[in-house]
Amino acid sequence: MNIGVLYSRIRRDEKLLLNELRERGHEVTKLDVRKLRFDLSEPPAALSACDLVVDRCLATSRSVYATRFIDSYGVPVVNTPETAAVCADKAENSLALAGAGVPTPRTEVAFTKETALEIIESFGYPCVLKPVVGSWGRLMAKIDSKSAAEAILEHKATLGHYEHKVFYVQEFVEKPDRDIRVVAVDGEPIAAMVRSSEHWLTNAAKGAHTSEFELDGTARDLVARASDAVGGGLLGIDLMETGSGSYTVHEVNHTVEFKALDEATSIDVPARVVDWLEAVATQEVVA
Amino acid sequence: MCYMAECIECGASVSLHDDVEAGEIIDCGTCGSELEVLETDPVALDTAPELEEDWGE
Repeated sequence: MNIGVLYSRIRRDEKLLLNELRERGHEVTKLDVRKLRFDLSEPPAALSACDLVVDRCLATSRSVYATRFIDSYGVPVVNTPETAAVCADKAENSLALAGAGVPTPRTEVAFTKETALEIIESFGYPCVLKPVVGSWGRLMAKIDSKSAAEAILEHKATLGHYEHKVFYVQEFVEKPDRDIRVVAVDGEPIAAMVRSSEHWLTNAAKGAHTSEFELDGTARDLVARASDAVGGGLLGIDLMETGSGSYTVHEVNHTVEFKALDEATSIDVPARVVDWLEAVATQEVVA
Repeated sequence: MCYMAECIECGASVSLHDDVEAGEIIDCGTCGSELEVLETDPVALDTAPELEEDWGE
């Protein structure tokens, strides 16, 4: 099969994927998104040979638009543009999870700093202010007091890009110094790990310690439902433990990084990802 | 086996593994610059793009 890999940077994740695809004898078409031109009807020539394109764009904006164009040409692409659009934006993500009845932290959105402050005061302290687009724990604010809230809101309103004026306020979840990252394909977990840190942010990109985690039935059910809620695909689903064996799903990521998980677990994550890509490509070829 | 190239920032020699991919980012061991591999045959390097706000997963 010919698998197109849409990218702008070859991280360790993409290298693992490329190596696995090539070792299995697949042709790989590397698609540098920075060099592609997207016409309204004619696909870029580089796409013509691809049985399936896997979106590995580093930039969310490129991921959202490029998958939309590729899908419009009738070229199969994972994840789908619908999944990308939901996962790219935290407000959309939260709406999808809540709409599907998946437990997710209490969240409210406002468009002025005055109304955002009302939300923060009603949530109480600490609470969390997040950018609607962003990753790796960047620009996240744990707000401990009204004076901190006022300062952060003013900075965001004054200095920020217009998206920073979409104030996304979330309850602070008292998690046990760790959260859980699950990489799943169409709701079926490949592997899971906990990301532990004394810092309130437990992103692997922030230096959290990672170790393998065995999912129980409750977590597996939530992973399947969260995946369905955003349209399925290859996803990174983040859960927090809320005590007594329950969880809340705070985020679903659509261009999931898996190198940390591959190192933390005994499971060959890129091999399982390619298993799934082969299955999807086969379905598309038959269809 | 590895390729050798020249850091475009400081001119020092930079070694690249033989499985290096176009699009990979490497660090110059001398000046610490992040360099993007533009081509592998022959090797061509450029300064790596700066972190953008919407980067991530």
